[in-house]
Amino acid sequence: MPNEITVTVNGARHTSSVEPRTLLAHYLRDELGLTGTHVGCDTSQCGACTVVVDGAAVKSCTMLAVQADGSEVVTIEGLAQDGELHPVQEGFWEEHGLQCGFCTPGIIMTLHQVLEEQPDPSEQEIRHSLAGNICRCTGYQNIVKAAQYAAQRMQEQA
Amino acid sequence: MVAGQISKLIGSRVKRKEDPRLITGEGKYTDDVILPNMAYFAVLRSPYAHARINSIDTAQAAAHPDVLGVMTGAEVNERCSEPFPLFAILDDMKYPERWPMAAAKVTYVGEPVAAVAASSRAAARDALDLIDVDYEPLPVVTDMETAADAGQPLIHEELGTNLCYEAADQAGDPDRAFAEADGVVEARLEQPRLIPNPMETRAAVADYERSSGNATLWVTTQNPHIERMVAARMLGMPENKLRVIAIDVGGGFGCKINTYSESIIAIALAERIGRPVKWAEDRTEHFVSTSHGRGQAQYVEAAYKKDGTLLGMKLKIYADLGAYAQVISHVIPTLTPSLSPGVYGIRDIGWTTIGVYTNKIPYDAYRGAGRPEAAYIIERVMDLIADATGKDPVAVRRKNFIPKDAFPYETPTGMEYDSADYDAALDKALAIADYDGLRAEQKAQRKAGNLMGIGVTVTTEVCGFGPAAAMGGLGGFESATVRVDPMGKVTVLTGASPHGQGEETSFAQIVADDLGVPFEDVEIIHGDTSIVARGVGTFGSRTLVVGGTAILKANEQIKDKAKRIATALLEDKIGDTLAPQSITLEDGLFAVQDMPDQYVTWAEVGSEAYDGQLLPEDEQPGLEAVSFWEPPGLTFPFSAHIAVVEIDQDTGEVSLKRYVSVDDCGTVINPTLVEGQIHGGLAQGIGQALLEQAVWDDEGQLVSGSLMDYAMPFAQEFPMFELDRTVTPSPVNPLGAKGIGEMATISATPTVANAVVDALSHLGVTHVDIPMTGERIWRVLQKHGRRRRGGRS
Repeated sequence: MPNEITVTVNGARHTSSVEPRTLLAHYLRDELGLTGTHVGCDTSQCGACTVVVDGAAVKSCTMLAVQADGSEVVTIEGLAQDGELHPVQEGFWEEHGLQCGFCTPGIIMTLHQVLEEQPDPSEQEIRHSLAGNICRCTGYQNIVKAAQYAAQRMQEQA
Repeated sequence: MVAGQISKLIGSRVKRKEDPRLITGEGKYTDDVILPNMAYFAVLRSPYAHARINSIDTAQAAAHPDVLGVMTGAEVNERCSEPFPLFAILDDMKYPERWPMAAAKVTYVGEPVAAVAASSRAAARDALDLIDVDYEPLPVVTDMETAADAGQPLIHEELGTNLCYEAADQAGDPDRAFAEADGVVEARLEQPRLIPNPMETRAAVADYERSSGNATLWVTTQNPHIERMVAARMLGMPENKLRVIAIDVGGGFGCKINTYSESIIAIALAERIGRPVKWAEDRTEHFVSTSHGRGQAQYVEAAYKKDGTLLGMKLKIYADLGAYAQVISHVIPTLTPSLSPGVYGIRDIGWTTIGVYTNKIPYDAYRGAGRPEAAYIIERVMDLIADATGKDPVAVRRKNFIPKDAFPYETPTGMEYDSADYDAALDKALAIADYDGLRAEQKAQRKAGNLMGIGVTVTTEVCGFGPAAAMGGLGGFESATVRVDPMGKVTVLTGASPHGQGEETSFAQIVADDLGVPFEDVEIIHGDTSIVARGVGTFGSRTLVVGGTAILKANEQIKDKAKRIATALLEDKIGDTLAPQSITLEDGLFAVQDMPDQYVTWAEVGSEAYDGQLLPEDEQPGLEAVSFWEPPGLTFPFSAHIAVVEIDQDTGEVSLKRYVSVDDCGTVINPTLVEGQIHGGLAQGIGQALLEQAVWDDEGQLVSGSLMDYAMPFAQEFPMFELDRTVTPSPVNPLGAKGIGEMATISATPTVANAVVDALSHLGVTHVDIPMTGERIWRVLQKHGRRRRGGRS
């Protein structure tokens, strides 16, 4: 039996009819065409599907679309404002924080939320905050640097 | 590059062209393709490692209201006109025909048995449960060392054996070397299978046009043209009826070289149901449906002299090919003995390579493919000799280096090393690490009862593939099309298919410097067989070396013609005749020699190339060149690495404290991209040393079959790596580049392994197998205790 849900994604309201078992990740990708959110695993390890739901970073493969009913969701497509990259996105570009780019949207969304809560994290805190994200390309070296770059930019902007 | 030209972008840290789309969610990966009326398909896979299929009943699945079509293995195979092609077949190699799906028998867990297309992802998955397959389980073969023994169950009855090949050879006189030796060290080294796990799993989308018979396949591949060649042959289609597209690919590491069954199934189903279809692999499915890497058991004996000289080696290498050979997977184990001399001047060596079939998913390339296994052998051997002679591992290595004036150098195993200076790289690494200081610290730590280890390696590898002879029928070239448009902007089509390495950026740097156009004016297009001239693809660290040179070659034609067009324009301007030789191209301006004020721009030349009113009579319009370039030889990057580890005595857990990586990949186009390749390579090699392994039970079930069970390295596992480089240009290509995609992976595993053994060497430990997990080290500590039993000081 499909359920009707209303979700605000990147500021736009969507009312959709979804199967109860539909994952938020598949709803975003297949229903709304927001393919920037990637699905990298099926056991909640890799974090490629991370989006922000009501201010919290969430693995969208581990949440049902019906659980997002009434929520505000921000995906990678909604992070840049008026064509201006978010400092975390800027950090990834400046510091070569990505190679194949597949894990990148999820890691950016994770770090985006981490830096909201902890504006000046140590290297170890950054590494710890990425315990739910896997990158196979970068050895995380430049991801850490991207986070440090973003933290500094955000402090300058604050 | 013109000799003596001042480089502006080559060697610079240019930010990547790829990134803006990838950091904003605008990347175009295969699973992102959404076509009108698209259906989804799912694949039913064998739960058994070895079983006969007595019957398969799809009636219930076909009756599901959302199901659009079901195909059994027999039906898909019948659609094909030939089985999977194999390349570079070895002498006396035995191999079965392999069709896309299992029909009569399954030979590994995960082998495709049937496929269902439905109107949604979920419905396709639901319908798999409605297919009833009657399996008759058969005895299973999982151990590579006994797989070919008499009396083992036969995986492919028609071959009469599980032996794919046994290749024995020798160079020099190994027996004499052993007779003259002061001593012999020997070891059995395990190379567990690894699971590549690029973050993007595989996917395929197929669209079939019934009216024309044309098909389009979007697929996660490292080599769209090889994919097209294989799929077209199997489906009995002319290649020009099949378009293969792979724009953004989320990592490959070797496992996306093969053309997989799902590509064939996708096209067959799209034809059958008359709608486009999509398949996206689950991660857990990836573990049993995408090729694994490594998987060797290595026996080594090494003869040495008291002064640390390595005199000779005898190798016996078992390789676990899995249930089938694919593409050139069977050749990969043969690279191991070929590269086993490493950076050392050993001349007497004998080897046997034994490739066997087992009831496991086929094995294939994984970052390094055959060379990490070689580096592991020789770099463990160097430390074993250090143990046996009581010498420092650094001194033993230096004693055996091929000297820098010996290049080009032919190894006894038939490799022609292009250029190297191993001492220079090692000197640099030792200085960065403060090696003497580290040894002093280790002494103090041991005194305090702590376990600290230092691992050193100096390694080389072979890459930059071709020439053709090294490619066994896949082609050893790369193609480039360079096109200048009427606005003077440049489009480059490359036959290579980068998927994370950043060649959209490094190629644009090469073109910008070579033609003197702004970096922003260069667009790099790849990954579409209908647009790009035939190419080979991205693997074996070949793209910059071979693909980059192909671009330079096309540029030569472009510059020649552009100068002729500029001559016509300048003659018109100054009203006099000019010789094309008197036109210079500098900083993007075509000027008359000694008349710097008289010049035309790329935009003027580009415009005239198509407008054509001033072109001489013998000049045709257009400004576009295609080049195919095949290198005359292979490239051999090298590196000197040092790792420092500490071991927790209570848990056995290893923590990596420092990692120094000095690498030489010849000319560096973009240091940032090179460092990125090293970072990722190190992470994979360190993961192999400490964490990763495929674990199988006796029934051929993959126990480490999901990301919950297979240990991928996380951010917390690593310190910041300390990188530096030496630059020894390669003489085999005009760029002087060597390739860097695999070097760090190859070096990192033995470096970390050596460091861990070094931490335990005063306890009498001379070898521990990888992965050096906490449990494994804890067991070693229980056995050896903390008593000092010789070994290195």
